[in-house]
Amino acid sequence: MKKFMCLAMTAAMLAMSLTACGSSDSAEETTAAAAAAEAEDSTEAGDTASSDAVFVIGGTGPLTGSAAIYGNAVKNGGQIAVDEINAAGGINGYQVKWIFEDDEADTEKAINAYNTLKDQDLQMFVGTTTSGSCLAVVPETENDNMFQITPSGTTADITIPENVYRMCFSDPAQGTKSAEYIGQNGLATKIGVIYDSSDTYSSGIYENFVAEAANQGLEIVGAEAFTADSKTDFRTQLQKLKDAGAELVFLPFYYTEASLVLQQADEMGWEPMFFGCDGMDGILTLEGFDTSLAEGLMLLTPFSADAEDELTQNFVAKYQEDYSEIPNQFAADAYDCLYVIKAAAEKAGITPDMSVSDICEALKPVMTEIEIDGLTGQGIKFTEDGEPNKAPKAVVIENGAYKSME
Amino acid sequence: MSSFISYFINGISLGSVYAIIALGYTMVYGIAKMLNFAHGDIIMVGGFTTYVITSTMGMSPMVGILSAVVVCTVLGVAIERIAYKPLRGASSLSVLITAIGVSYFLQNAALIIFGADTKSFQSVINVPPIVLADGAITISGVTTVTVLSCIVILIALTTFINKTKTGQAMLAVSEDKGAATLMGINVNRTIAVTFAIGSALAAIAGVLLCSAYPTLSSTTGAMPGIKAFVAAVFGGIGSIPGAMIGGIVLGVIENLSKAYISSQLSDAIVFSVLIIVLLVKPTGLMGKQIQEKV
Repeated sequence: MKKFMCLAMTAAMLAMSLTACGSSDSAEETTAAAAAAEAEDSTEAGDTASSDAVFVIGGTGPLTGSAAIYGNAVKNGGQIAVDEINAAGGINGYQVKWIFEDDEADTEKAINAYNTLKDQDLQMFVGTTTSGSCLAVVPETENDNMFQITPSGTTADITIPENVYRMCFSDPAQGTKSAEYIGQNGLATKIGVIYDSSDTYSSGIYENFVAEAANQGLEIVGAEAFTADSKTDFRTQLQKLKDAGAELVFLPFYYTEASLVLQQADEMGWEPMFFGCDGMDGILTLEGFDTSLAEGLMLLTPFSADAEDELTQNFVAKYQEDYSEIPNQFAADAYDCLYVIKAAAEKAGITPDMSVSDICEALKPVMTEIEIDGLTGQGIKFTEDGEPNKAPKAVVIENGAYKSME
Repeated sequence: MSSFISYFINGISLGSVYAIIALGYTMVYGIAKMLNFAHGDIIMVGGFTTYVITSTMGMSPMVGILSAVVVCTVLGVAIERIAYKPLRGASSLSVLITAIGVSYFLQNAALIIFGADTKSFQSVINVPPIVLADGAITISGVTTVTVLSCIVILIALTTFINKTKTGQAMLAVSEDKGAATLMGINVNRTIAVTFAIGSALAAIAGVLLCSAYPTLSSTTGAMPGIKAFVAAVFGGIGSIPGAMIGGIVLGVIENLSKAYISSQLSDAIVFSVLIIVLLVKPTGLMGKQIQEKV
């Protein structure tokens, strides 16, 4: 009995220690970010001769942690848009200040990060980057009636409140669009799925993928789950799908685990097609990962850095110059978010002296009227529900780089 | 049938890693009568040491493994000296909490040094896979090496304990610390040696774990650490063959339930089996019933 108690207690403590780890790190990160924001503020204030008033637009996302690539991309993509907007005279003649906080893709820290932004007079919110923390923050923004547009929070329920909009496809849309894409392009008919049953993003896509697969004449030969506690060993799942005769394996989860799936399939000597969603974005920049394993991997993403249009070319060049990296879709989503805000703000004629709630009330009615040509699509419109209306695109990895599939 | 064999082999491969980790838990528990919850994080340190030596500095895998063993052994002994030795007379709960503190410390130190981004570990094991039955069954090189290391370690450890003076001293300390002191055994030195061996095993487990599942982050050792602890309890904590059997059985049950019952329920099934075993045999599969003298 004593041993049992001991076991239970220690397990509980360890679980706590796991969730709590890294908190000290984030505190440092926040103060550093705040200091950087202040420094930027002072330089920007010097430039703005016409008026001292600025629009404060902020975002949150994981700048550290396993999803850090996403948060940094959103931060940098947003920064590029803000720099451009400011250089072109700002929004309604007012300069824009871009502030960003680290949330480590953690629900609690996301709320803290949002509150930190509010302490810096946040007026419009571009966030959060990941779905889980977005769901946690949405009740707060609804309460404040803060205008919110998430660049990449995909869970369906995020856009239920009227103040929340979305730039990327939702999970249902991603699942549906993936199945449509596979079916319409005749990539395969026997499909295997591996998904993270402990993650809303992954299981959300999975459910809708399965629902749409039936309409597309795709046969789901196997659907295997894993959880956050056992996300390193996929050999059994892969073996089952291999035995079931899957030609294409759909991987609706993040790139860290996907890198293991690709590696273990390679060890088994099995080479099906692999198809991922936006969470796969980042696999090529994973430190130490052998990118040759990702050759032929397809992913549904609204943005491809090799697109020929001028907007994309300029954005990619600017991003590479400032951050020495090829931007991913998260950066593009964030960039588009800022231009959506700009378009809506100009249409509604808002000014920085308005209250947060008044800004939101002014922007809401015009959101369905605006139309944007952005990095993630031409003629993007918004529905009444806050969802974007744009065409899906897919890329395939060839020679270690994304290549558009059309 | 060939799939069953594949699942079984995957299970043994995973189980062997659990077993090597569990050996560290069980040795320290058997001799020092404490649960060293920092053990899982020493695995992580071993993984990072190898990562730095092989990937960052570009040296040979052998140097990487040896440095991991040296770093972890020194770290293990240092932790024992600094954090656990002063608490030798304290209640077991204080030592347990100290161990959790050390675990925190190691995780956060790694977070500061290496950042929170997950690293992709380059496997240091370069053994060709064994292909059987015309490609229906593939045993990866890592699996072969893991299982062989597991067997070698078990034999070496049993021989060490039964045939050497230090090993006998360990047995004596595990049976009765007080009596061992009276017999002229240096208890502190024996416990330090135990930590050194346990940590060296953790380093090897770290290299094998990261080679089999090539990601590395500050929490890499945490979940396998917990599973291995379960394996140690399952096999009978304090018993060396028990840890080995517990680890392998756990890995096999986990993989077979994933394959034939449900990939979602595998962890629940593993823990249910643990509960049943402990209800039937409270000391675990190979644990000895020790009479408490009052």
